[in-house]
Amino acid sequence: MINFMALLSGVVFGLGIILSGMVNPAIVLAFLDITGNWDSSLLWVMGSAVAVGSAFALAIKHKESYLGSSTQIPAVTKIDRRLLLGSLVFGAGWGIAGICPEPAVVLAGTGSIDALVFLTAMLLSMGIYQKLQGSE
Amino acid sequence: MFMNLDAVPWNAAVGGLMIGAAVTLLLLFNGCVAGVSGMVGGLYRVQKGDIGWRVTFILGLILSVVIWRFFFVLPEIVIETNYTMLALAGFLVGYGTRLGSGCTSGHGVCGISRRSPRSIAATIVFMLAGFMTVYLLRHVFTFWLG
Repeated sequence: MINFMALLSGVVFGLGIILSGMVNPAIVLAFLDITGNWDSSLLWVMGSAVAVGSAFALAIKHKESYLGSSTQIPAVTKIDRRLLLGSLVFGAGWGIAGICPEPAVVLAGTGSIDALVFLTAMLLSMGIYQKLQGSE
Repeated sequence: MFMNLDAVPWNAAVGGLMIGAAVTLLLLFNGCVAGVSGMVGGLYRVQKGDIGWRVTFILGLILSVVIWRFFFVLPEIVIETNYTMLALAGFLVGYGTRLGSGCTSGHGVCGISRRSPRSIAATIVFMLAGFMTVYLLRHVFTFWLG
């Protein structure tokens, strides 16, 4: 059941990415290009996604999900250097290609070689991160 | 008082509602924060019983393309970034989201929905970094793009 709900969530998420236009990196880059021909789409996507998310945010007060697993909400609250540095690095990468992890997977599903190049590099650096973490 | 409804990109707004619904679904039923960076990254330190949902969520993302194509034509997709820059972008996105514990989904949607100060800070930083990068690549160092 947990796997089925994750599959369903992935499908709805993916359809949302396609419908919203976020599957097209050009639209994401147009949002990030504030001094160019600006496209507000991403703001609408995030705004409405957060609106739905906020409506159900009360649910995280539950210690258990409907299927009984414990709710895994990040417990850390400190804004530290790792968070800021990581977000800076992510934002720079996002700005280069207009691709972030979810749309990358959806793009790969369309058979895009570009997305596979992106994903391969992404998996590689995640692996390197994990290696460095492990050796600390 | 009245918004110009013609100016609203409805497909973006409705797509966002679906993303919000997907995130909520995963949180309510599975107790998990949806974020591919954490999901995929988590695969590197495998724990029993914690793999299935990550794989099925990602399969769901891919399946959505198949479902969409069954009913509609895919929207136009334009990627002008060359392979070298795509690889660099992927590398930075992978490392950055692991170090910063999240991406547009984990911080931007899930985190802001529950008003996490960490996620709000992260979202501001990656947005600014994105604006800055696009500005530099498109309007300053234009010769970088092939």
